[in-house]
Amino acid sequence: MAEKVLMKGNEAIAEAAIKAGCRYFFGYPITPQNELPEYMSRRLPEVGGVFLQAESEVAASNMVYGAAGAGARVLTSSSSPGISLKMEGISYIAGAELPAVIVNIMRGGPGLGGIQSSQADYFQATKGGGHGDFRLCVLAPSTVQEAVDLTMEAFEIADRYRNPVMVLGDGIIGQMMEPVQFNKEIDPADLPKKEWATDGARGRPRNIINSLALDPQDLENHNLVLKAKYEQMKEQEVRYATYLLDDADRAIVAYGTTARIATSAIEMAREQGIRVGLIRPISLFPFPEKVIAEAANRLDSFLTVEMSLGQMVEDVRLAVNGKKPVFFYGRTAGMVPSPEEILEQIILMGGGGE
Amino acid sequence: MKEEIIMAGFGGQGVMSLGRLLTYAGMKEGDEVSWMPSYGPEMRGGTANCTVIISSKQIPSPLSSQPDAIIVMNLPSLDKFAPCVKRGGAILLNSSLINKEVDRDDVKIIKVPANQIANELGNTKVANMVMLGAYLAHKRIVKLETVKAALQDVFPARRHNLIPINQQALDRGVALLN
Repeated sequence: MAEKVLMKGNEAIAEAAIKAGCRYFFGYPITPQNELPEYMSRRLPEVGGVFLQAESEVAASNMVYGAAGAGARVLTSSSSPGISLKMEGISYIAGAELPAVIVNIMRGGPGLGGIQSSQADYFQATKGGGHGDFRLCVLAPSTVQEAVDLTMEAFEIADRYRNPVMVLGDGIIGQMMEPVQFNKEIDPADLPKKEWATDGARGRPRNIINSLALDPQDLENHNLVLKAKYEQMKEQEVRYATYLLDDADRAIVAYGTTARIATSAIEMAREQGIRVGLIRPISLFPFPEKVIAEAANRLDSFLTVEMSLGQMVEDVRLAVNGKKPVFFYGRTAGMVPSPEEILEQIILMGGGGE
Repeated sequence: MKEEIIMAGFGGQGVMSLGRLLTYAGMKEGDEVSWMPSYGPEMRGGTANCTVIISSKQIPSPLSSQPDAIIVMNLPSLDKFAPCVKRGGAILLNSSLINKEVDRDDVKIIKVPANQIANELGNTKVANMVMLGAYLAHKRIVKLETVKAALQDVFPARRHNLIPINQQALDRGVALLN
């Protein structure tokens, strides 16, 4: 095992990308993810990579499109308003079936919003985000070590499906420091060659990367190919964790930092004899609907807690499918729910909730 | 074992470094640790704070609504965080800059003339290390030796000339309580 080092989430994600063989970063600054590009600007030249601060987010995401098309492992990162700007390129990347990794360290919105931690971009991240019928694979870490592990996996998943993958963190994940280990290091030269890449057609038929298809039948066929990939992700890429669920009569569903705060609340509730457990989605798309649907057969009620006014709760309700009540508690715009507030809600669940 | 500490002060008083050093030392001793900074639009002269948690178990929330201890370097920080401290916890305050009585009788109040001691040592910037020394004497959450050794890792190489004076400041803080 590698030695533990103490790193900020933003820096750890950057180093994880380098360890995953990423040598290209295109971005534009925005709080609270600035340590990520800052780290890349220092580290990428050391490993023969390219760091480029673009003139805008739109430009950066189209540079990612270009690098991904040429077959490179490529990263961009931003925070909420910046991700909105990048969505044009992200839709093109998804349409052209290219692998790329996008990090969103969420802040309060809408609009320019604020700079404190938020989870209000769940809809944007998991329901496509840009125009057209497409999905990102979305991974949501709750510790700095998990941010490292998921970032490295994100590159693998992106290559496997030729689809953009988003690492969705909140401001707290980006800013906090925790010990991390990097147990793997990939040399980009060892990665399998991407036969579809537009890297010069000498000696082979030309490859074309494009997201334009003017014949609607062709375009529908293409969309069905994309849909088949998303269905395959639902079979193979679901990730979640549970805590104290076995003897529980009720459960909290929460992701990212909120899941950790909910864990503190669960420990307080357990001291009072309340049998509450946690389901923590790690992949937000594909959503871990089966584990929630199964839990709905056994548990009395669910409480979704988010740093938003209620986004993931819709997916929880779809998974529970009316079998049991699903309550919601959220703080938003940079306000963070406290364990005490969540504990109050846990107690209310037993009494019939809202 | 689980200890939640909030350290707070003016930007430039070294509360972030103080937190990082303690966090690093906890990691070196094999504990679970987390360090969470406030990251508002702070600047030199504004207020800054960070939350450090050191635990023998995995850390759920990295935030603390009821810290076991606070280390406060200036008056606004004392006013902000004194009401949150857990009953039976501790308030370590920089008495060189704070001459206000704390109206709580359910916590331990430890007054540390941190700037005065730092000035005696010849560098006002080591006031944060005096506070940390006093905290470690209050609660030996990590060994003093581990903290002293961690200075090597936390300080960039160009600042290693400042390690001896930081170590002296830690010792002076410890001595206040012994």
